[in-house]
Amino acid sequence: MSSYNTIRSLQTALTAGETTVSAIVDLYIKTIDAKKQLNAFLEVFTEEAQQRALQLDAKRKSGQPLGKLHGLVIGIKDNICYAGHKVTGGSKILENFTSIYNATVVERLLAEDAIIIGRLNCDEFAMGSSNENSAYGNVKNALDETLVPGGSSGGSAVAVQADLCHATLGSDTGGSIRQPASFCGVVGVKPTYGLVSRYGLLAYASSFDQIGPLTKSVEDSALILEVIAGADEFDSTASQKPIPAYTSQTFPGKAKIAVLKNTVDHPGIHADVKQATETFIADLKTKGHSVEEVAFDLMDYLIPTYYVLTTAEASSNLARYDGVHFGFRSPNAVDMETVYKKSRSEGFGKEVKNRIMLGTFVLSSGYYDAYYSRAQKVRRILKEQIRAIFKDYDFILMPTAPSVAFKIGEKTDDPIAMYLADIYTVLANLVAIPGLSIPVANDAQGLPIGIQLMSDKFEDGKLMAFAKEIGY
Amino acid sequence: MDIDNGLVDRLAELSKLEFNADEKERIKGDLQKILNLVEKLNEVNVDGVEPLKYMNDDVNVLREDEVKGQVSKADALSNAPQRDSDYFKVPKVIKK
Repeated sequence: MSSYNTIRSLQTALTAGETTVSAIVDLYIKTIDAKKQLNAFLEVFTEEAQQRALQLDAKRKSGQPLGKLHGLVIGIKDNICYAGHKVTGGSKILENFTSIYNATVVERLLAEDAIIIGRLNCDEFAMGSSNENSAYGNVKNALDETLVPGGSSGGSAVAVQADLCHATLGSDTGGSIRQPASFCGVVGVKPTYGLVSRYGLLAYASSFDQIGPLTKSVEDSALILEVIAGADEFDSTASQKPIPAYTSQTFPGKAKIAVLKNTVDHPGIHADVKQATETFIADLKTKGHSVEEVAFDLMDYLIPTYYVLTTAEASSNLARYDGVHFGFRSPNAVDMETVYKKSRSEGFGKEVKNRIMLGTFVLSSGYYDAYYSRAQKVRRILKEQIRAIFKDYDFILMPTAPSVAFKIGEKTDDPIAMYLADIYTVLANLVAIPGLSIPVANDAQGLPIGIQLMSDKFEDGKLMAFAKEIGY
Repeated sequence: MDIDNGLVDRLAELSKLEFNADEKERIKGDLQKILNLVEKLNEVNVDGVEPLKYMNDDVNVLREDEVKGQVSKADALSNAPQRDSDYFKVPKVIKK
């Protein structure tokens, strides 16, 4: 385990000559091997990481200017492209696929001296809340290996939790960074939609997907986000706004926080999560922040809206996996029709097929208006209501997930029970705002409970500054 | 609304997926449950509301029309399940 809590303290130690990047990489490689039963890494780039560590050590010793992430050992979710390396999206259909270019986030990490140590297990095409949908086996929660780590960025959360690397990147379409962060007791940040380029991210639902960091501290997330965020000529949906120095932002005053009605009182919430949320709110009030309940009557419509829209986008995005140009082609295919059908049917897992079928349904002639278009209208109502709340409040607070980490296998037979694990996280993606999860308490069994804070669009810096201010 | 075999078959055809009898039963059940969940949206009054289609505020992000960012033929073919030196290969489309 590295004894350096933050990237900054690590860099101070490196500069002082107390340690080397090589020593740190070797330590992580040893830890990954010792804990490989967790199944967090799908592949470790051992030799390459060691080579790069040597280069970075030489660079530092020669007195050259160092990158902002100098010495940071980071793992990437296996849906982010890294040229010359495999990327599978946790799917059999991409089992032998090698990236031919770098995702923009990868380019930016490398340009600032980070070391990418490997690719991390996830639910197939980021569809899932427990990491049980990976074609390469489920990931185990390091606190209790009979429990799920959450999903879909389960490997990314466990890698930070179990000190397999310093930080990781995940992607979040409906909670896939924040919910596993909550289940594993780490920090997870889903940036504003469009803050981080999606170029080189395997697409699930393009109007929802965002890449973001999972770390031990908000400070590290802020630094990583500062590096990966910003306009990108390869993604026109990436915002043109200049990126402020998140790490130097502070939140000195008192915050005005909204708690949406029907969130803490939701019938699906577990008693210990509710208790922890109430204690946390009381604590904030003691510190002088104001926390008020705000009317919100759309809570029950979040998950339905999310599933109509994301499955529609997924059914379209996943049409590219057809067995023709790349990826798996079924050996049983005899003509074009069976190339498509058999490759897709044998290559995709159960949940992915479910979502393609539902997405195809809501987009199909005769149902489009009743389902897809209606959900887009509800999305607008949601966006307007939430924007209105931010006219009066700095942040919205709610639990990250309705429960702590659940048992492996507990919800695999019931898609609805699984979907409800995302009940608090889908809102941020539906309305394009940033959200972060911080580990604030443990339940009676010692399992972590996360609290989620959200801010208005492009106030990611303010959001992280506040989380840092209150001690995370 | 009820999901029947005919609808599952039609969606499978549109999705280019195929299911055996057991899978079809399972997917029918799953889809029915999910559909019951999403039908809750009928309770929301959406009269006069425009569908929200684009999440980013920037409009018309333009760039110079320069040729770049293309992959080489070798790279493009490198992940093909079947190829020759110039083309992706698929089973014969036009039969004698």
